[in-house]
Amino acid sequence: MTQPRFSRRQVVKGAAGALAGLGLAQFIAACGLPGTKDTGWEAGFDWSDWWKRQRRHDELNIASWPLYIDTENGKHPSLQKFAKQTGIDVKYSPVIQDNAAFFSQISPVLQNGQSIGYDVIVMSNGWQLTQLMQNRWLIPLDHSRLPNFKKYAGTVATDLGYDPHLTYCAVWQAGATAIAYDERQVDGPVDSLEILFDPKYKGKVGMLSDPDELGTVGLLALGIEPETSTYADWKKSAALLTKQRDQGIVRQYYDNGYIKALQDGDLAVTQAYSGDIFQANHSGYPHLKFVIPREGGVLWRDNSVIPYHAANPVDALEWINFYYDPEIQAIIEDWVNYISPVPAAKPIIANQLEDPVVADSPLIFPSEEELARLKEYPMTETLETHEKWVGLFDPIIQS
Amino acid sequence: MKSRITPYLQSAPAMLWLGLFFIVPLVAIVSISLMTGNPIDGYTLTWNFSIFPDVLDQYSPQLGRSFLYGGISTLLALVAMYPVAYWIAFHGGRRKSLFLFLLLLPFLVSFIIRILTWQFILSDEGILLGTLKSIGILGDDAHILSTPTAVITGLTYDALPWMALPIYVALEKIDRDLVEAAGDLYASGYQQFRRVILPLSAPGVYAGILLVGITNVGDYLSAQILGGPSTTMIGNIIQTQYVQNGDYPVASALSMMLMLALLVCVFVYARVFGTRTIQEYS
Repeated sequence: MTQPRFSRRQVVKGAAGALAGLGLAQFIAACGLPGTKDTGWEAGFDWSDWWKRQRRHDELNIASWPLYIDTENGKHPSLQKFAKQTGIDVKYSPVIQDNAAFFSQISPVLQNGQSIGYDVIVMSNGWQLTQLMQNRWLIPLDHSRLPNFKKYAGTVATDLGYDPHLTYCAVWQAGATAIAYDERQVDGPVDSLEILFDPKYKGKVGMLSDPDELGTVGLLALGIEPETSTYADWKKSAALLTKQRDQGIVRQYYDNGYIKALQDGDLAVTQAYSGDIFQANHSGYPHLKFVIPREGGVLWRDNSVIPYHAANPVDALEWINFYYDPEIQAIIEDWVNYISPVPAAKPIIANQLEDPVVADSPLIFPSEEELARLKEYPMTETLETHEKWVGLFDPIIQS
Repeated sequence: MKSRITPYLQSAPAMLWLGLFFIVPLVAIVSISLMTGNPIDGYTLTWNFSIFPDVLDQYSPQLGRSFLYGGISTLLALVAMYPVAYWIAFHGGRRKSLFLFLLLLPFLVSFIIRILTWQFILSDEGILLGTLKSIGILGDDAHILSTPTAVITGLTYDALPWMALPIYVALEKIDRDLVEAAGDLYASGYQQFRRVILPLSAPGVYAGILLVGITNVGDYLSAQILGGPSTTMIGNIIQTQYVQNGDYPVASALSMMLMLALLVCVFVYARVFGTRTIQEYS
């Protein structure tokens, strides 16, 4: 080299110049990340007038969860019927695996006032759905276009603590969270949550890693009504669950992986979702039992909602109305095996589809008494209460 | 004039690369970590430096655990793969490429599937524990899944090729005449290895340790899938804070702490073993 090399100082100077060029200085000065507040539709917007002006576009994009619709040879008969009857071209994407993760994907888009590309999304009741409603990121349903919902929706779909006037939510499926046990390892019958805290099953007890599920089961075990519980109650629940963990009773805090651990014999007893156990029972694991204990269980719902800026809202309503038709619901339910929002599908599954195992299962069509024993999660309507809740239960799950 | 500008122009692509992919994200993370607020109202820069002692205080068990698991798995991978790389480099013969390919073959399968396979292998009644239990070596209630052992197993397994490849490259590059010369000078087999081969392969070992160590300390999937109630690593916390809770400042501050801690480790490591060896021998 005939010319002097870079000195360290020159490099630093050059780098500083480049930084200034990239506008980082401004970035730091004006720094901030915008919030979600006031990024939805304006309060007082006249939706009934808006709905009057909407027309069908014969297109529909649905985002849902994997294995959550009837499937035959890779096709979905219920959707095919829908397409044939209405002429709507449906695109079905099973892209949602976790409410929080999906929310964190769509949230920046909605925050920018753009369409997320789906006309219907399926969200569980919980903090993310509450956020979608509170941010006014959802389009209120036009119930005048949902005659089947009006006629056939059961209490599972009409009695919603988180959306009491059914403004946004049309239940897709519901389910119960309670306990499941392995008959080979546990002397049944089991009828109480006490078994989850029994040192006899040390290292063989599975709990759910969802803070809503975990915290609520603690409340139920203490005999506290979740819906009306207070922060003081939550602390008691957290103390109980911390003790359970510290005694070495909990093997792991699971997401959907608990079902595999239960099937493998790694767990003797676990918190569980009704549909998973029903399906396991009929795929080679008849020794797994699902019970709603005397302290009660949780009834959750996955809801079809229409995101703000959706391109095809009328087509979305057509679909919701379509799946509330008992004939269609029967096809879906006979495959999905969670709790159906349409009780009238039961005789159709029994008689026309000739599947009494599904029709007679209390896990799929629970009686009114059984439904009465299922509660909702505690209400966390503000960010402050939500943060208090996760602040108590996150440290237990991730210690 | 020309001579003054030329070096800048020549280094422009590298500088641009560094600026775009290192400095910009770094400044973003630092500034986000100093913000306060919440997902609804947004976050504003308040130069909240106290976040660093706060998160360190709250999450030091997980941070310490990450370094422990990361360190152990890196050492295990080194012990396991050095002999393999050595054998392929010196005794692989004409089939070296085949052996390397076989070594990498399992890693063509998706990462998640490989971790889930360990779940299957290590399950309580699975092929490993089930067998050991049936012949009475292990008690009935023994389990590995959901323990630190399972997490470290997953981390180690996934690190194997990343450890083997750089060591193999370093060993392969060694001039065989040097080894022969050592033999001519009456060095025993052990001495040849200790005094010639090992020092000459040091850069490969160094690269392997950095590659594996840094990745494993920040890993979260192994702990999530194979771990239990007290095996949470810092990666899991960062993921929860970011995705579940939308707490970007805490997630960013933790990432910063992790990066700084890793930098300190790398620096100490380089001072003690690293650069000297590399400069001397490569």
